[in-house]
Amino acid sequence: MTHGSTHAHEAHRTSMGVDSRKMAFWAFIGSECLLFGSLIATYLVYKGRSLVGPYPHEILNIPFTSFSTFDLLMSSLAMVLALAAVQRGDMKRGKLWLLITALLGLVFLGGQFWEFSHFVHEGLGLTTNLFGSTFYVLTGTHGAHVTVGVIWLLTLWIQALRGKLGPGNALTVEITGLYWHFVDVVWIVIFTVVYLIQ
Amino acid sequence: MSEQAHATTGTYLRVALILVMITLIEVGVFYVPAFQGVLVPVLLVLSAVKFALVVMFYMHLKFDNRFFTFLFGGPLLLALAVIVSLLFIFYGTVRLRTGT
Repeated sequence: MTHGSTHAHEAHRTSMGVDSRKMAFWAFIGSECLLFGSLIATYLVYKGRSLVGPYPHEILNIPFTSFSTFDLLMSSLAMVLALAAVQRGDMKRGKLWLLITALLGLVFLGGQFWEFSHFVHEGLGLTTNLFGSTFYVLTGTHGAHVTVGVIWLLTLWIQALRGKLGPGNALTVEITGLYWHFVDVVWIVIFTVVYLIQ
Repeated sequence: MSEQAHATTGTYLRVALILVMITLIEVGVFYVPAFQGVLVPVLLVLSAVKFALVVMFYMHLKFDNRFFTFLFGGPLLLALAVIVSLLFIFYGTVRLRTGT
């Protein structure tokens, strides 16, 4: 979509008066709810059923994960500020907030990589016990979503640097934001269910 | 129900502050032994509040077309039903088998 996308934007409207791309993306997010719902259900069903260690209370690091949670919450703030800036036509700040959002996402991924490495070093592999299997699949799937989000954000940032992203593309940034915030709300649930309720 | 009417920057900052405060409360509650008896319900409520704040203000569902709320809320409720049903089925089966 180009800068002068007002007409293109109107062309994407459905008979219900909503944008078809946004509607499709909300439907996609709905399907993602079911994906993560099934993974969380699997984690909860096998919770406390491991026959051998390491067990969650032995290796989960709450202060470290709290920082990761704070990092992801701040990335959501940066994302809405990026969208607000793009909608205002303030592309200088829009670019800055998009980059900050992507960098905060990278910090989260770095933390997850460190956490996984630490757990493997402590003896928790994917097939060590039920906790390891369900933990890695759930948090790994979330991490894969964060990775996709970071790549998406950096792509938008590069487009903005090349002058190919303007106020006319605000909906594109909004849809990126919907994905990013969804990744954030999934983490809100994982942080509580996996880390805090042991 | 305009699709474009979003919150202000001030609202975004206030929501972020509330989210950080709730996270601090969650971690605090986790470490306080006195809360161990009510830890699960307290944490679930706090988590639900954070979830709702992000969805309402950052994902703009509070201001957007109600159809998006339906598109998101329907599968979300279904996912919650799947989680609760699986827990009941699994733990019910375990209790029947062990007699506890």
